[in-house]
Amino acid sequence: MNIEVQEQPPRTHYLNATYGLKSWLLTKDHKRIALLYLASVTFFFALGGLFAVAIRVELLTPQGDMMQAETYNRVFTMHGVAMVFFFLIPAIPATLGNFLVPLMIGAKDLAFPKLNLLSWYIYNVGALLTLIAIVTGGVDTGWTFYTPYSTTYSNGNVLLSGVGIFITGFSSILTGLNFIVTIHTMRAPGLTWFRLPLFIWAHYAASLIMILGTPVVAITILLLAAERIAHVGIFDPALGGDPVLFQHLFWFYSHPAVYIMVLPAMGVISELIANMTRKNIFGYRFVAFSSLAIAVFGFLVWGHHMFVSTQSVYAGLVFSFLSYAVAVPSAVKVFNWTATLYKSSISYNTPMLYGFGFIGFFIIGGMTGLFLAALGVDVHVHDTYFVVAHFHYIMVGGTIMGYLGGLHFWWPKITGRMYPEGWARFAALVIFVGFNLTFFPQFLLGYMGMPRRYYAYPEEFQVLNVMSSAGASILGIGYVIPLIYFAWSMRYGPRASANPWGAFGLEWRTSSPPPPENFKETPIVTWEAYEFRPRHEAEVIDITRH
Amino acid sequence: MSEHVVSRKIYFLIFGALMVLTAVTVWIANLDLGRWNAIVALSIAVFKATLVVLYFMHVRYSSKLTWVFVAAGLIWLIILFAFTLSDYFTRGWVPIAAW
Amino acid sequence: MAESHSTTYGLAHHFDDIEQQREAGTLGMWAFLITEILFFGGMFMAYILYRAKFGDAFAAASAHLDWKLGAANTAVLIFSSLTMALAVYYSQVGERKKLMLFLVLTMILGATFLVVKGYEYYHKYLDNLIPGFGFQWGGHGDPKHVEMFYFIYFAMTGIHALHMIVGLGIMTVILIMSKRGRFTPEYHSPVEISGLYWHFVDIVWIFLFPLLYLLGAHIHNQ
Repeated sequence: MNIEVQEQPPRTHYLNATYGLKSWLLTKDHKRIALLYLASVTFFFALGGLFAVAIRVELLTPQGDMMQAETYNRVFTMHGVAMVFFFLIPAIPATLGNFLVPLMIGAKDLAFPKLNLLSWYIYNVGALLTLIAIVTGGVDTGWTFYTPYSTTYSNGNVLLSGVGIFITGFSSILTGLNFIVTIHTMRAPGLTWFRLPLFIWAHYAASLIMILGTPVVAITILLLAAERIAHVGIFDPALGGDPVLFQHLFWFYSHPAVYIMVLPAMGVISELIANMTRKNIFGYRFVAFSSLAIAVFGFLVWGHHMFVSTQSVYAGLVFSFLSYAVAVPSAVKVFNWTATLYKSSISYNTPMLYGFGFIGFFIIGGMTGLFLAALGVDVHVHDTYFVVAHFHYIMVGGTIMGYLGGLHFWWPKITGRMYPEGWARFAALVIFVGFNLTFFPQFLLGYMGMPRRYYAYPEEFQVLNVMSSAGASILGIGYVIPLIYFAWSMRYGPRASANPWGAFGLEWRTSSPPPPENFKETPIVTWEAYEFRPRHEAEVIDITRH
Repeated sequence: MSEHVVSRKIYFLIFGALMVLTAVTVWIANLDLGRWNAIVALSIAVFKATLVVLYFMHVRYSSKLTWVFVAAGLIWLIILFAFTLSDYFTRGWVPIAAW
Repeated sequence: MAESHSTTYGLAHHFDDIEQQREAGTLGMWAFLITEILFFGGMFMAYILYRAKFGDAFAAASAHLDWKLGAANTAVLIFSSLTMALAVYYSQVGERKKLMLFLVLTMILGATFLVVKGYEYYHKYLDNLIPGFGFQWGGHGDPKHVEMFYFIYFAMTGIHALHMIVGLGIMTVILIMSKRGRFTPEYHSPVEISGLYWHFVDIVWIFLFPLLYLLGAHIHNQ
C-alpha cells in the first residue's frame, strides 16, 4: 500500500467555500449540517452531564439532604430525557453519519439534502420546547413516562416535554429515511453491498430501527398528551384503560432505540479496528449481517423491561429467551473484532484506545445484560442500580467511547487539522479510569439491593456511592479536556493531509477538509472492503490520487 | 428501469371493485354472524387495501425493493400486534401466586 | 453515462441521472409511508385491545355512529383515489389540463370528506359524546367503556383528518406546479409521490370505516 504523501491542504473546501450565518443556517451540505448537529448534541450532552453532577452530589450522603425528593425526581428525569432523546440517539448518526455516509459511498450528498436540514430544525424545535419544560420546573416521571403517574398525578411539565420529544422524534425519522434511501440508490459505480464499509452497514441497520420504531413512541406520546389534556384516555385505569398497554407501546420503540444508540458506535469501532490494524475485519459478512440481525431481533425483546409489570409470565419467558438470542449477533461482532486484532499491526493511537475501551466495556455491559435477561434474576435486580450500571456500561462505555473514538479518527477529515495526540491519550485514560470508578460500584450497589431513582439509601451503601461520585468527577474532567483541545486544534492544530492515518475508505481519497461536492470526480470502486493488501500484487492502489 | 404507465381501464376496474366491496362490507355488517362479522369485515378491508397498493400505488409494477419496503412495514405492524397480544392472551398460563 | 445536469430538466445536482432521482424519491416516500403504518398502528393496537375487552360497550357505542355517512365518506375517498390515479396518469403522458382537472377533483372530494367529518364531529358535540368534555351516555354498555371507544374514535379519525388536510396542502402545491407547466413526461415524480401519500390516507380509512362504524350495525337498538 502506498504511504500517504503530504500534499498541500486545499485552498477552498466546504468550511470556507461560502461565508456568513445564512450560508450555515440555510446550508444543504451534509457536512455542514453534521457540524450544526455537533453543536446541538454537545449542548445537550453538557446539560445531561450537569444533571448527572446533581445526582452524584446528592448521593454522596445517605440522607436526602441536598434537595427535596420531588426535585430529585425531576433531576434524574431530565438527565435521562436530555441524554437519551437529545444526545445518545442523534449523536453518532447525525454528526458522524451525516458527515460520512455520502463520502463513504462516493456520493455528492445525501438523497434529500433539504430534508436533512429540516431534520436539524425539527430537532431544535423539539429541543427548545423541552428546554422550556426543564427551566419552568421540569418533569418528574422518569424518562420512561409511565402511566398513570404521568397522565394523571404528576405535577411536572409532562405535556410540554412530551410534545418536545414527539417533535424531535421526527428528526430521527428523517435522518433514518435519508440514510436508507441514500445507501440503496447512490452508491458509487462498483460499490456493491459487500464492498461497503461496515460503518455504512451499521448506520443502515440503525436507520431501519429509526423508521420502524420511532413512529410508535410518537403516537404513544401523543396519546399520553391527549390524556393529559382530556383527563380521560387510553391508559387511564378509571376508564378501564391499561397502564401496561402504555409500557408495551413505549418499549416497542425504546428497546430498539438502544440499538439505534449502539449500532452506529459499533460501526465506528469496525472502522477504527480495520484501519488501526491495517487488516480487513475478520468475518466481514458476519459483522455486516450481525448489524441487520441486531436491528431485527431488537424489536422482539421489549418485554424484558416489563417482567414485573403484571405482564404474562409465559410471554416473559418468550421475551427472556429472545433477549438471549439478541445477544448473539453482538457477541459475533466482539469475536470478529478480536480475531481481527490477532497477528495484526496495531497502532496504539487515541482512536484505537477508544476502540479497545469500547470492546472491554461493551463486553461487561453486554454480559450484565444477560443477567437481566434471565427472568428469575431480573425479578430481584429490576429497578436497582444493577440495571443503571448495565446500561451505562453500554451507553457510556460503549456509545460514548465509539463517539469519541470516531470524532478523533475523523477529526482531521472534518476540520483539516490534527488534535494533539498526547493530550488526547491522556484524556482517554482519565475517561477510562473515571468511567469504571463511577459505574462499577453501581453493579455492587444494585446487587446488594439499592433501588434506582432514590435520593436516600441505607448507611452501608455510602462507601460505594462515594466511590461512584468520585469517579463521576474524574469522568467529567476527562470529557472537558477534549472539548478544549478540539477547539484549540481548529485554530492551532497542525494541518492534516488527505489521509493522515493511511486509512482505507473513500472518505480518505478526497482532501481534508473535503470540497463542497465531496469528490472532484465520481470515484469508481474496483476493490473490496478494507483491501489493504491488493488481491493482485500487480495492482497498486494509489490512495492519494484524487 | 423505465416507468410503467398503468392504463385508465385498469383504474376504473379497480375503482369499481372497491365500491362493490364497500357495499358488500356494509351489507354483511347488517347480518348477525357473531364472531365472523369482524373477520369478514377485516378480510374485505385487507383485500381492498391490497388492490389500492398493487394498482393505484403501482406496487404491482414496481421494483422488488419497493415490495420489500411494503412487506417490512406490514411485518413490523404484525410484530407489534402479535407480541403485545401475546402478553394478554397468555396471562394465567403459568401458575404464579402473585397475579 | 451521467447526463449533463445543465441540460436535464428537473435533475437535482447531487443525483447522477433522472432515473436515480426518481427511484430515490419513490423509495423515500415509501419509507415515510412505512412510518405512517407504524404510527397509525399504535392506535390500532389500542383499539384491538379494548375492543376485545369491552366488546359490548364498543358495539353499542359504534351503533350510535352514522354508518351511512361513514359509508358515503368511504365512497368519496375511494373515488378520490381514482381521480388521483388518473391525475398521475395524465402527468405521465404529459396532458397538463387533464392533470390539473383531476387534481382539482381529488381536492374537492377530499374537502367533501372533511366537511362530512366535521358535520359528524359537530353532532357528537351536540350529543355530549366528546370524551373528557361533558361526556354523557345513557344507552347500553358501561359509560366508561363507551367513553373509551369515543376517545379512540376521535383520536383515530382526528389524526386521519389531519393527514387529509396535509394531503390537501400537498395537492395545492402540486396543482400550482402543474399550472406553471413544471411537469413533463420525463419529470413528474412529485405527482406520483403525492399520489402515494394520498392513496395511503385512503387505505387507513378503508380500515377505520368497518372497525369504527360497523361494529354495532347488526344491533338495531340505538
